[in-house]
Amino acid sequence: MIYADNAATTQMSEKVIKAMLPYMEKIWGNPSSLYSFGQESKDSISFAREQIAGCIGATAAEIYFTSGGSEADNQAIISAAKIGAKKNKRHIISTAFEHHAVLHTLDKLKREGFEIELLDVHENGIITPEQVKNAIREDTALVTIMYANNEIGTIQPIAEIGEICRAAKVIFHTDAVQAAGHLPIDVKAQNIDLLSISAHKFHGPKGIGALYARKGIQLVNIIEGGAQERGKRGGTENVPAIMGMATALLDACANMAENNSKLLELRQKLIDGLNKIPHSTLNGDAEKRLPGNVNFCFEGIEGEALLLHLDDKGICASSGSACTSGSLDPSHVLLAIGRQHEIAHGSLRLTLCENNTAAEVEKIIVAVGEVVEYLRSISPLWKDKLIGKREFVLPE
Amino acid sequence: MPLYSAKVMDHFRNPRNVGSIENADGVGEVGNAVCGDIMKIYLKIDDDIITDVKFETFGCGSAIASSSMATEMIKGKPVSEVLQLTNKAVTEALDGLPAHKLHCSVLAEEAIKAAIEDYQAKHKQ
Repeated sequence: MIYADNAATTQMSEKVIKAMLPYMEKIWGNPSSLYSFGQESKDSISFAREQIAGCIGATAAEIYFTSGGSEADNQAIISAAKIGAKKNKRHIISTAFEHHAVLHTLDKLKREGFEIELLDVHENGIITPEQVKNAIREDTALVTIMYANNEIGTIQPIAEIGEICRAAKVIFHTDAVQAAGHLPIDVKAQNIDLLSISAHKFHGPKGIGALYARKGIQLVNIIEGGAQERGKRGGTENVPAIMGMATALLDACANMAENNSKLLELRQKLIDGLNKIPHSTLNGDAEKRLPGNVNFCFEGIEGEALLLHLDDKGICASSGSACTSGSLDPSHVLLAIGRQHEIAHGSLRLTLCENNTAAEVEKIIVAVGEVVEYLRSISPLWKDKLIGKREFVLPE
Repeated sequence: MPLYSAKVMDHFRNPRNVGSIENADGVGEVGNAVCGDIMKIYLKIDDDIITDVKFETFGCGSAIASSSMATEMIKGKPVSEVLQLTNKAVTEALDGLPAHKLHCSVLAEEAIKAAIEDYQAKHKQ
């Protein structure tokens, strides 16, 4: 099997699994218990909290463990909205291609009377700091812009946006689920007030994430029920997962430069190979994207059929076609960068990690080429384009 | 449980009657590129019997499998009988489709009916 869907989830490393085992086998006490056996668990997660804080330039008191990125996004946005509402600020700035954990939370706030302004992400999938600067108003409560996009991998100018928000005294949240462990994060230097991460995107376990909230930002509870996380997130801590997340993030940050230089080579090889397929295009900026992210559209075919054939060839990938999104519309990300519906249906996302090899990339290029050619050969849409009955959208 | 039945996957991997028919007696095309699926059915009809059928499909796995299954179900059948074909019958023959994929079988039914209408319109002239 060739696993090329690391933006969906990653394989846990042996190091991470080993770091978690003691907290299932031996140190399984409840961190809230008074006796020393429980306190051992509490000390362990305190240590993990410090390690995670250290990786992003925060302090341990600013880290809140959550069930994952979605919960962290929900809590960050709801909290900032409440803080804004107290001062009669109900304007929120975001982008059209955020993760649904952000967009659906914003929809909810819209129904509660907030005004949501989604910035255009342009054809390259990158917003400019000027857009944010121009959009900020007196009543802006929050700017929430993802660090790197989960489908097309494009990296946003986070430090510049942070600077603008700080100067305007507007809370800045970034969904860094795809960025953490892959791109440098320094919440102080980048003026980030709220930041969400998820462990399983950097070889950690599923079901665990963290919300960084700058000291002074009052969080609103999403989960009630106890004094855990300084009263801001009820529920007994998932100690093994927290320990796994800390190990995974430390490891990812320690090896970031090495991993990324390897990934940049693999990514270029993959992009060059897929570019040879006629009437195809890379989605998102060619350079300012996550080192492991490749996202293409192939004209005249549909993405789900492509994925099923790739699965038969042992390749795991994903697509932004309607059939894979479970809705009638293709990916909101591809539509946000201006791809037509027809083209967006024929998209393919391949996301590599440092464990992938050049030989695997070569196999992917051959397999995708074969499947696209076959699907085009049975596509009436493609045939119409070949005989000039319909126009090609993408250049040869 | 996998997304699709073994039968859907068989017809998706090895679609029957793929291609086109030159000088077909009836051609039907339904769906559109915006929605992500287009089905085109070609019919050869002699003495009101479907003697040959081919399809081309732009679409997902269940769209390709539904077209393939539908062409198999109508080959050799009289036109009057083929007009009775329902999307439900196509779905059942495929051992079911996920709820959000049922429209693929509807497209197959509609494409065949469109091809027969085309044949009947030509036939009248």
